[in-house]
Amino acid sequence: MSEWQPRILAILCNWCSYAGADLAGVSRMQYPPSIRVVRVPCSGRVDPLFILKSLQSGFDGVLVSGCHPGDCHYISGNYVARRKFAVLKPLLEFIGVEPGRVQFSWISAGEGDRFAKVVTRITEDVRELGPATRLVKKL
Amino acid sequence: MSSINIEKSAEKGINDLLRHLLGNGKVDAVLAMRMVKSSGAWDLALVTDVKNLAELSPLAPVMTVNASQVLSNLSLSGKKIAAVLKPCELRGFVERVKREQGSLENLITISHTCGGVFPLDLVVEGSVDDLLHKYEKVVATGEIPSNIRDTCKACEHFIPMNADITIAAAGECKPGHGCMIYINSDKAKEALLECTGHHGNDLLDPISLEKLAAARAKEREKLFSSIEKDCSGLDGLVNIFGKCVGCHGCSRVCPICYCTLCDFESANFDYNLPYFEEHLARKGALRLPPDTMLFHMGRLTHMSFSCVGCGMCSDVCPVSIPVAAVFSRTGAKTASIFDYVPGRDVAEEIPVMIFKEEEFPELG
Repeated sequence: MSEWQPRILAILCNWCSYAGADLAGVSRMQYPPSIRVVRVPCSGRVDPLFILKSLQSGFDGVLVSGCHPGDCHYISGNYVARRKFAVLKPLLEFIGVEPGRVQFSWISAGEGDRFAKVVTRITEDVRELGPATRLVKKL
Repeated sequence: MSSINIEKSAEKGINDLLRHLLGNGKVDAVLAMRMVKSSGAWDLALVTDVKNLAELSPLAPVMTVNASQVLSNLSLSGKKIAAVLKPCELRGFVERVKREQGSLENLITISHTCGGVFPLDLVVEGSVDDLLHKYEKVVATGEIPSNIRDTCKACEHFIPMNADITIAAAGECKPGHGCMIYINSDKAKEALLECTGHHGNDLLDPISLEKLAAARAKEREKLFSSIEKDCSGLDGLVNIFGKCVGCHGCSRVCPICYCTLCDFESANFDYNLPYFEEHLARKGALRLPPDTMLFHMGRLTHMSFSCVGCGMCSDVCPVSIPVAAVFSRTGAKTASIFDYVPGRDVAEEIPVMIFKEEEFPELG
């Protein structure tokens, strides 16, 4: 039987990380087919609630990626996003979500290789943790 | 800055103070707690006629609504208002001002060292004279009454932050010392120039409140560790929030949750048939209304760092979820990341509205 493939939601900013994913694709870089991508205008658009909701809906992990700090298309969206994630981190710990399941990264449009690496890394991390069951409603 | 000593009990002294402010036209209205004598019901009253001041019990350990909520619109009316607020109500109001939900400009904020408030179910029925009498005795000695709100027992901010006027009402009010009124702003100083009483330059001495501070710190640790034990992981969350009936009462009474259209009451959470079908296909059964747990987690991410720990949410919960304890504990954690104290200073920005360019290298 083939290895268990986690399902990971990747929320990518339109200007950097989504383009980075595109570059990884056109450059034929290999990375695990574990992610489902949602494109957002900016990582600042990501409400921590999206992350909680996706874990609750059955995703095994969540990756949020935006422009490198300082490179935001909207000047400061990713700085604000970083603060929101800083608030979310201790909360995830509190409710018992393993830290490796939710990861953040900064990937520019030119970093296709970095995108492939980040996806590989989170896939391995989540695979090690196993399927997310802690937040999935049993009823 | 300066002080006034009125040789009366704290309760009578503050009534004199309010009479001075309203009677001499220093303010247009007074906002404070009141007990309606005929029915025994408590409410927060806005008084514009001096003759109605006698009905007020500004220092009563009762909070029917976090006054900062009602003060939002009042503070924008252009009228001058003297508002008697508990320290957490004042902090809640400061948090609201930061969110452009009010203004401190036309207010004279009067607050007091706070011994905590009773849960509402304790004061809604029957006579409270006995309760109040016992409360006053215990509070004057700097101890924690056993029947106040859990979050009050664990509250470390019982000394008002940045009130225009501070009244000594807990811990250090020794019999025979009269009512000590501490004046902290020019606005209040000007309004109280001709107020009767001994004017002096005393300062509120936090050392006299150390005993209370130590007792509160101990209770705080106890409350937080019990919450951490009971509410960790999914089992813990289900254990605590599983009872939630989804009434959203906790957010209605919350001084920080000001959004008139809360995300959780918006169309975002109106689920359509495919949602139900998908869930039912997976689980075979679905809890309704959905998202009761997500609602609490969402509120935790949205506003926990601003939680002032007033305890209104726990008080109104129909199924006795310790909402306030969970929020206080989580709020203390999230606020500490930014060295933030909700309501400490109106100039201090909400942590998720600002940023530094170099921070949190571990993220990303």
